[in-house]
Amino acid sequence: MEATATKPEVATSPLAGYSEAIAFVAMTLVFIIAPAFAYPVFLMKVLCFALFACAFNLLIGYVGLLSFGHALFFGWASYVSAHAAKVWGLTPELAILAGTATAAGLGIAVGLLAIRRQGIYFAMITLALAQMMFFFAVQAPFTHGEDGIQAVPRGRLFGLIDLSNQTNMYATVLVIFLACFLLIYRIINSPFGEVLKAIRENEARTISLGYHVNRYKLIAFVLSATFAGVAGATKALVFQLASLTDVDWPMSGEVVLMTLVGGLGTVFGPVVGASFMVTLENYLTTIGQWVFVVQGVIFVISVMVFRRGIIGEIARLARIKL
Amino acid sequence: MLIFGVPSQALFAQLMLGLVNGSFYALLSLGLAVIFGMLNVINFAHGAQYMLGAFTAFFLLQYLGLDYWWALLIAPIVVGISGMIIERLFLQWIANLDHLYGLLLTFGLALIIEGVFRNFFGSSGLPYTVPPALQGGRNLGFMFLPNYRAWVVVFSLVVCLITWFLIERTKLGAYLRAATENPTLVRAFGINVPRLITLTYGVGVGLAALAGVMAAPITNVSPQMGANLIIVVFAVVVIGGMGSIMGAIVTGFGLGLIEGLTKVYYPEAANTAIFVIMAIVLLVRPAGLFGRRA
Repeated sequence: MEATATKPEVATSPLAGYSEAIAFVAMTLVFIIAPAFAYPVFLMKVLCFALFACAFNLLIGYVGLLSFGHALFFGWASYVSAHAAKVWGLTPELAILAGTATAAGLGIAVGLLAIRRQGIYFAMITLALAQMMFFFAVQAPFTHGEDGIQAVPRGRLFGLIDLSNQTNMYATVLVIFLACFLLIYRIINSPFGEVLKAIRENEARTISLGYHVNRYKLIAFVLSATFAGVAGATKALVFQLASLTDVDWPMSGEVVLMTLVGGLGTVFGPVVGASFMVTLENYLTTIGQWVFVVQGVIFVISVMVFRRGIIGEIARLARIKL
Repeated sequence: MLIFGVPSQALFAQLMLGLVNGSFYALLSLGLAVIFGMLNVINFAHGAQYMLGAFTAFFLLQYLGLDYWWALLIAPIVVGISGMIIERLFLQWIANLDHLYGLLLTFGLALIIEGVFRNFFGSSGLPYTVPPALQGGRNLGFMFLPNYRAWVVVFSLVVCLITWFLIERTKLGAYLRAATENPTLVRAFGINVPRLITLTYGVGVGLAALAGVMAAPITNVSPQMGANLIIVVFAVVVIGGMGSIMGAIVTGFGLGLIEGLTKVYYPEAANTAIFVIMAIVLLVRPAGLFGRRA
């Protein structure tokens, strides 16, 4: 044990202690005024993917578990939410809840299996189970195979607010995103979150301290799956579509990339990473298949020279927490 | 003749096909295990390199007029060398980081390789004919055995056993196993471990390319032929555990057979059979069938 506690990063300005609060206010303001400058649907896509990446980051950034199958939760939540809204005629909040509950249930099943192995195996197991569920999605009749579930009605929120109005829909998505973002922030800064970080840093020592590591891992996994589910379920209503793209493995890779680009284990990194990638892909739609090549190149660059990610680098240079 | 309500011809044909798939699983998971042992990297680009093997065979035939037998020799060497270049350019620099970065890096490389090929060759497959010497088949009475499939199974088995022999029974293999256990000590004995690592990656990738060449006449040569296969092979690796070379070979062939049986008796589950087996193995024997407890 070290005799003296290590000093926290020196705060250079009096405001630096509030860096996260300031960044949160700035982020909220940006998303409030953004519809004046960009298409709402594009922004809602950014928000959904930002939430998806935050959910994923909860696992890789704070427990150190790389899931390569998060598309499973995102995609299946999106299917169930779309089905609930279209076929069962549920109101949007119930449809999103149904999708989220599906993701949570799948999270328990996959989590129980995947945490039985560590490190690199964990990634392979999640990928394999996600692929299995992808095949189910291809074969199950209610997903409509290649067509997906189309023309999903957005409905009326609580039976009152008409979500086919773009502004109402945007406000709803923003509220969902901010609420989940704050909840995730609360989780990683709670005593529970501290145990997660302890597992990330030294699993053996955490066990020796008497923590049931596997129980913590499972809860973190289910939480991550659940938030990914919220993102997927919301996305189905925004685009009024649930399709195979959302459950396929490239989607799992994409969320890894978003988080990596933004900064693993940073609070705001996933949001920045998702905004960056969605914007990039928006500009790259004309080049077709080259999108994958561009993604691959970004992957390679990130791993070789840019492992801290955008927010990680900014936080390091400015010596603040972000 | 019916076996559990299935004509024997159909049953044995599917089992044969299962063994052929099993050959590819065995070769690919063997390569993954060899690479993981030395580099501690799960080579996500393995599927892309398998595809490169098939495309090299196609190019050799199309542009140089070199047939299947030449491809069997040249493609693994060419793709293996490209692998060694990748190891020198990228992988050696991240060797000291968390293993996960190796997975992410090779995933990125796979996206690049497959993306480039999809751009130039589209999604539809290119045909590659079975070499004349292996065309046709023979009637064994209970089944019709296509010569090419028999060749794939036998040849893969031979290659797997040669690899096993090289690693477990030769001096070079002993160095390799020693370097896996303790690279620093092996270096102190004057063995060039970094070069050994590069060579290992080249060989592992070469095995993937060899599988690709053999697959070319069976499946079409297409840019995404490796993308879905590699995920199944990951499941195979989880089931077998990467601790044992022989384990990888046995698991590969065995799972191919089981998949073949599933196709006969319950075709709906054919795609998912291996994943279900993986889930069961994780419940019953978390370390994998041949794995050592971490």
